[in-house]
Amino acid sequence: MSSSQKMPGVVYTETVVHAAPEQFVADAPYQLAIVSLPERGRLTVRILGGRVVIGDAVVLAEERDGIAFFRKVS
Amino acid sequence: MRSVAVVGIGKTAFGAFADRDLRSLAVEAGEKCLADAHVSPSQIEAFYLGNFAGPSFVGQNHLAPYIASGLGITGAPCTRFEAACASSGSAFFHAVSSVAAGMYDVVLVGGVEKMTSQSTAKVAEILAGAGDTAGEVRAGATFPALFAMIARRHMFEYGTTREDLAAVAVKNHANGAKNPLAHMRKVVSMAQVLAGKPIAEPLTVYDCSLISDGAAAVIVVPLERASEFTSKPVRVLGIAQTSDYVALDAKEDITTFRAVRLAGEKAYKMAGLSAADIEFAELHDCFTIAEIIATEDLGFVKKGEGGAYAREGRTGLRGERPVNASGGLKAKGHPVGATGVGQICDLAMQIRGEAGELQLARHSVGLAENLGGSGATAVVTILGAA
Repeated sequence: MSSSQKMPGVVYTETVVHAAPEQFVADAPYQLAIVSLPERGRLTVRILGGRVVIGDAVVLAEERDGIAFFRKVS
Repeated sequence: MRSVAVVGIGKTAFGAFADRDLRSLAVEAGEKCLADAHVSPSQIEAFYLGNFAGPSFVGQNHLAPYIASGLGITGAPCTRFEAACASSGSAFFHAVSSVAAGMYDVVLVGGVEKMTSQSTAKVAEILAGAGDTAGEVRAGATFPALFAMIARRHMFEYGTTREDLAAVAVKNHANGAKNPLAHMRKVVSMAQVLAGKPIAEPLTVYDCSLISDGAAAVIVVPLERASEFTSKPVRVLGIAQTSDYVALDAKEDITTFRAVRLAGEKAYKMAGLSAADIEFAELHDCFTIAEIIATEDLGFVKKGEGGAYAREGRTGLRGERPVNASGGLKAKGHPVGATGVGQICDLAMQIRGEAGELQLARHSVGLAENLGGSGATAVVTILGAA
């Protein structure tokens, strides 16, 4: 995904992960979501900042280690 | 195509067995199965083994001949099948296919997993290898997380409640408490499930199946030869294996397992039966939401009504169609590679009338559903009294 892509997506589903896999134990708890992006289909992403629920509009905040981090559109 | 029968079954207890290695578990199940069918190792014409991640869990590859030779079986083709949590369901499907096609007459099918020698975080990481490691897993998804996201969407679209999910756990634990081979023989209350440690919201530890060691085995032969081996043959009425995308975010609708729907349709057609004919079922409750969705996908209830179906007790031991009388993966345990064949053993025990305290009133036609990953492989089998 291009970092320049700032079109908002919509949260299709989400969860907060408490029991993390070994490489992400330090991050837990963290929110994971599948977001629907215009013209790009769905993508599994991490959520930064406040928690989101299904239907919330979210936008790409940053990319790190190949992971897309989204945050709620305020 | 020839009709196929299950003429031997064998299972280890499922649990955490620090003093048992993978091969000894698989050999125990295999020996019990050979004895049950009065078959000697030299009569086995092929060995099909289901195992998900022996190389990662215990560092052993080349597992099929490794286990077969431990049973005294050499010379026969021995092959391992890997399809995530549907590994041994897939092995069983291919064994039945080869016997039906006339390639072999006497085939041993095994399933085994040895999981408890690794930490929970390491187990989560190994299991996550059944997902899309370039996408969802890279972002931090675990299997509980994937099924938690499925649950959230099902709740959003159909009004399924947190209590509906808990009802599945309460029922399966109550059943498992009566199963002498179950990993967790403990009754739990609705309040305990709801207050359980969160794993991936809204799922608590009680919504998740167990990390277990265990093995199971069955022998399949052409129906016409079944009486040589047993007085209680169990007939394979219908069977199908299907597939779908591995990544959850690639599926159009995550509130249904398309592979399960397709496998169910094919298995019903092969058996000449419909959902109404199924008297009892062993469904793949890796997480409580998965059992709810399976009851919908297999046509036991309409789409969206699976939550109420569980909550109203209609799938209980004395309900209209008992689901997971064995305790399911939830309480019986989920040694991943052993689960599919374990379900076949559980159906056969019921059909043979050997389920003890868990024996159901109606037990002549049963269905097993074995799911791999978040639905990329499904195997549905319908068994009946021969």
